Amino acid sequence: MRLREIPITAWVGIFGILLAIFCALFAPWVAPYGETEVVGGVWQEADAQFFFGLDNLGRDILSRLIFGARTTLFVAFAATLVSFSLGIVLSFIAAVSGGLIDTVFSRFNDLMMSIPTLIFALVVLAVLPQHILILILVMAVLDSTRVYRLGRAVALDVAVMEFVEAARLRGEGTAWIIFREILPNTLSPLLAEFGLRFAFAILFLSTLSFLGLGIQPPTADWGGMVKDNKDGIIFGIAAALVPGSAIAALCICVNLVVDWLLKRTSSLKGGRGDA
Amino acid sequence: MPELSTGLLSVRNLKIEATSYPPGEPPKRITIVDGVSFDLAKGKVLGLIGESGAGKSTIGLAALAYGRGGAEITGGEVKLNGTDILALGKGGIRKVRGARVCYVAQSAAAAFNPAHKLGDQVIEASIKHGLMSRDEARKRALYLFQVLGLPNPEAFGDRFPHQVSGGQLQRAMTAMALCPNPELIVFDEPTTALDVTTQIDVLAAIKHAIEETRTAALYITHDLAVVAQISDDIMVLRYGKTVEYGPVQQIIEAPRQDYTRALVNVRQAIRHEAADQSRPLLSVDNVSAQYSNGFKVLHDVSLHLCRGQTLAIVGESGSGKSTLARVITGLLPPSDGRISFDGKPLTPSLKRRSRDELRRIQLIYQMADTAMNPRQTVRDIIGRPLTFYDGLRGAAKTAKVKELLEQIEMGTGFIDRYPAELSGGQKQRVAIARALAARPELILCDEPTSALDPLVAEGILKLLARLQEDQQLSYVFITHDIAIVRAIADSVAVMHRGRLVRFGPKSQALSPPFDDYTDLLLKSVPEMKLGWLEQVLATRRMESAGN
Repeated sequence: MRLREIPITAWVGIFGILLAIFCALFAPWVAPYGETEVVGGVWQEADAQFFFGLDNLGRDILSRLIFGARTTLFVAFAATLVSFSLGIVLSFIAAVSGGLIDTVFSRFNDLMMSIPTLIFALVVLAVLPQHILILILVMAVLDSTRVYRLGRAVALDVAVMEFVEAARLRGEGTAWIIFREILPNTLSPLLAEFGLRFAFAILFLSTLSFLGLGIQPPTADWGGMVKDNKDGIIFGIAAALVPGSAIAALCICVNLVVDWLLKRTSSLKGGRGDA
Repeated sequence: MPELSTGLLSVRNLKIEATSYPPGEPPKRITIVDGVSFDLAKGKVLGLIGESGAGKSTIGLAALAYGRGGAEITGGEVKLNGTDILALGKGGIRKVRGARVCYVAQSAAAAFNPAHKLGDQVIEASIKHGLMSRDEARKRALYLFQVLGLPNPEAFGDRFPHQVSGGQLQRAMTAMALCPNPELIVFDEPTTALDVTTQIDVLAAIKHAIEETRTAALYITHDLAVVAQISDDIMVLRYGKTVEYGPVQQIIEAPRQDYTRALVNVRQAIRHEAADQSRPLLSVDNVSAQYSNGFKVLHDVSLHLCRGQTLAIVGESGSGKSTLARVITGLLPPSDGRISFDGKPLTPSLKRRSRDELRRIQLIYQMADTAMNPRQTVRDIIGRPLTFYDGLRGAAKTAKVKELLEQIEMGTGFIDRYPAELSGGQKQRVAIARALAARPELILCDEPTSALDPLVAEGILKLLARLQEDQQLSYVFITHDIAIVRAIADSVAVMHRGRLVRFGPKSQALSPPFDDYTDLLLKSVPEMKLGWLEQVLATRRMESAGN
């Protein structure tokens, strides 16, 4: 891979993601004020001292944004990754095995999807102890139903190709067929879905936080910050728009990178190495 | 070269270029067609023949002033009745296309809209161009359906594309092209995708319709024997340049160029069948097979094949010949009967077979494109069976892959290419190398050459023959091409609708007395001589009159 072949849009995306990761890693050193520190009046206007102004309790929005990157990034990335791994493995097993396994997996998936995601999450999170790992797992499992749907559809298309049949005739096991024959040929739609799902994970996290079952205050997360400051909009205060824009910017950055990867993987020449 | 006179269509010094974008390199211009000139008089047929990539379809489309996939007409002129159609604007061109010049595509199944009735699609262009009223167009379509010999012409237009057979669909497409009463039709490989027995009907119908309507035609194909039946003149193309251009008789009977001679003489090497066919390596006894929904696809098939020999299985699509290969590989376990290999019964189901059983029988597919993972390099594709069956890794594996590449007559420089970077013939060679890597005793070849150009196919057949000599390989060769059977087989099995209609050593199976189906099959194979089509049709008429 040559650096100069990376298009400008991908550089923008990479820069945005790196910035967010940098903020998350070095938050205590980067942030001008503490995460929960009250430094002034409620919804104080932005000025030279407070770059984005203060929030509904008088905390510095910029500092909270930087600290919030930690939770938001970590939870959204972890949940999306877990949901993808789970969804892809299960859907590919279903597509390759067919028959009873496919039916059981798919009908169970339908069952999960038939219950509204939010209500399901509320019930489960209300019962289980409040811990960030449990939150990630619940989000991942619920989201993996969507990934499963897509994964099974694209894998079925590839599973009937002759090179997969050739692998079966050679006597290859299911793991080889899934990871070496099918996965490389289905990466494009799955990557596109990844960009989309990541955005949804941030939104879902903020919804849960809004309902009091996601990230617990006073820990900052971007979705929660939107919720905290939303009442300000009525009074013409833009505090809620700052974390909202941050969510939008991050989603766009992730998708810019995904688009670039998509172009690389959908190249017929194999899409790796110096392609 | 025939006298260049002004006729209906006159093409002068046609040059067509396109820009290709190779990865990692700057874009470059490639010339697809270079300096081609020809003339076509009213009511005449010119055959354009060549391998894929020769530019024949591109020339055909240039007659509609159309460049496909980025191809641009950059030089020369295309005159239709004296007007240069390349100089016409968008509006002018629209009046020509579909009205004065029509196009018949290779795959009628892909060219028809599945959601509309055939009749409406056939008359659509004529009405859109305001050439005739709906009633007139209907009448004309009915007349054309009759001329083209379609069954039940009154009701044919009410059918949807999926309700008619491939041969009928191709004829419907011809009707669509003829409907607006065009001056010129471009046929782009109209019979290539059809079975031989269907091809002959379509060919006869097209020929009859062209004669009846006095329409001129460009007939594009890679099969010289087919084009010899239908054209008045033939132009042989290679790499976008004219190789030879002349009347059909001269091209077939006295070709002047080496390349044309090679095309005329293709597949005439005849393998003498092995004398001893008594000790079978593979024997299939009374095998029947059915799909899980109970549909029976093979009925009571028995045949055998000896070590180091070739068994050709012939039949049209749907005859069960590929299914038989699937049964032998274990993909579809037989519902009845047994298969033995090297004296021992073969485990019916693929999942229960031992690795060694799997290794000894390999399969080569028709479409090498889909038979290889597009995301693996040649090294991975050929190397995997080496690792899987013999545990070869690292340098030993690379050395063996290189050795196999030498065996299939490809340089070791191909080792890191992806399938998309290989030509059709090279892909099929890599597929053969993958089969060889398993050190098989039996290779099932499922139409490995039918997607290839004649000369490339010949190269593959020669390679297979040489490997057979060197390694005592046995082949089950599935094909619909009798010429190939004559060239390579020791024994022949003819299949029809899931039944074996004929089996025996080649000399017996391909000599009379024939059963009806084998007779039809043998007579449908186009022969490289003039007037063959008329001869066959005349015999058919005599036979049906006699009955």
